[in-house]
Amino acid sequence: MPTTTTDTRTLLDFQDVAMTFPDGTVALSGIDLTVSRGEFVTVVGPSGCGKSTLLRIASGLETASHGTLGLETSRIGYVFQDATLLPWRSVQANIELLAELHGTAKAERVAKAKEAIDLVGLTGFEKHLPRALSGGMRMRTSLARSLTLDPELFLFDEPFGALDEITRERLNDELLRLFAEKQFAGLFITHSVSEAVYLSTKVVVMSGRPGKIVDTFEVPFSMPRDPEIRFTGEFAALVGKVSHALREGHN
Amino acid sequence: MADTPPIVPQLRRRGSNFGPAKVGLWAPPIALLAALIGGAYALNVLLGQRSFLLPAPHVVFGKLVDPKTGPDIFEALLNTAVVSLAGLVIAIAIGIVWAIGMTQAKWVERTTFPYAVILQSIPILAVVPLIGFWFGYDFFARVVVCVLIALFPMVSNTLFGLQSVDRSHRELFKLQGASRWTILTKLELPAATPAIFAGMRISAGLSVVGAIVGDFFFQRGTPGIGALIAKFGARLNSAELFASILVASLFGVVIFLLFGWLGRRAVGKWYDFG
Repeated sequence: MPTTTTDTRTLLDFQDVAMTFPDGTVALSGIDLTVSRGEFVTVVGPSGCGKSTLLRIASGLETASHGTLGLETSRIGYVFQDATLLPWRSVQANIELLAELHGTAKAERVAKAKEAIDLVGLTGFEKHLPRALSGGMRMRTSLARSLTLDPELFLFDEPFGALDEITRERLNDELLRLFAEKQFAGLFITHSVSEAVYLSTKVVVMSGRPGKIVDTFEVPFSMPRDPEIRFTGEFAALVGKVSHALREGHN
Repeated sequence: MADTPPIVPQLRRRGSNFGPAKVGLWAPPIALLAALIGGAYALNVLLGQRSFLLPAPHVVFGKLVDPKTGPDIFEALLNTAVVSLAGLVIAIAIGIVWAIGMTQAKWVERTTFPYAVILQSIPILAVVPLIGFWFGYDFFARVVVCVLIALFPMVSNTLFGLQSVDRSHRELFKLQGASRWTILTKLELPAATPAIFAGMRISAGLSVVGAIVGDFFFQRGTPGIGALIAKFGARLNSAELFASILVASLFGVVIFLLFGWLGRRAVGKWYDFG
């Protein structure tokens, strides 16, 4: 567990949250989950189990049909499945967008964007348009855009799902480094078990529809994390246990 | 941080269309043009006594530089151009505002979009006499004809463009509590620009048609190229008739190309504007 911060406030608190859509589809039921600063919680589950709905409820894009949602911060970063960059804006202008929407003055916007650009390693690409970037670079831009909000709570909706293995691993390392530095509260959705174990302090396994939490695993590895742990027996054992729980929940 | 810089794809160059590499692009249509001109000469000769039906191309071109007819033709073309551009500008403005209204309030779309469709389905020639009856037979009435003809593509294209915004992009803005105005100006309108320019290009061509149709019916005031075509047609001045048709057609092509160029200038960097 991180030791660099004393702030471990619980920022997100789902209590008995359920979601039934107007068409009668039950997406989630009986979800109890908290995420605190310094915690990186990953949710794994079969596709269609309502993982994304969970995130959409946390962000306010959807309202739960049952239960309560405690949200202790307004500084929320949300990273979408695709990079959602505006194709007519340069990397720089895309990263400035959120601050711009909040009415931040130009000079401050530029400073924030510069810091975020340096953090995700996009220096030198400020003037590029999204279509001239690789998938990984686009996702970096998207990450940098969220970073300008200096989020306390960071929500990730399968952000690296469409990337190739090597790029995904590299971005996982970047994300771990950002987490170690910023100590935000992270809630990350994925269907890759090894990604979940590698990134998080806690892995939550969900069952198929309606999505319920079937198991929770504390990840014992310290932060910052050495990429080499992925090749240890302990890591493999935990991945095995999570995969097992995932299969059980699916049946 | 270590990261391999990505291979930045070379964006398609949008420079001169006349470089050596473009010869292959331009050669076939030019060859066809040459064949058509040759064919016109051949037919002209074959027609013998009835050769006035298809005057020899050099005679037609001659009318354009002939001090007796050339200045009249070009002045008429200028009048037509003014009418069609005025109509186009008005159609663009109404079309964009109307489409924005429809995206901002569903009831505006429900109430008015059927009429946009009807407007497009009305045979314009059927209402032109009515327009003259109401608005006179001068400049204003001609502009009204242009607007009626050119409006629909602007409305439908702008509407399509505004509605084509990705859901996740909308959510990105919503998450920051962006107002409707902000979403419109920073997301929907920029996203709609390619569609708006595509609409302008179609409307531009139609407004030229509208101006000529207007001229044809409304002969009062300064004559446009349509009035001249009507006159030459009635008098069987075939070479002058062909020359007028030629410049009117060329004007339509130039307007079309101009708006294609403007569209590429506006969005070509991030969108492959055809």
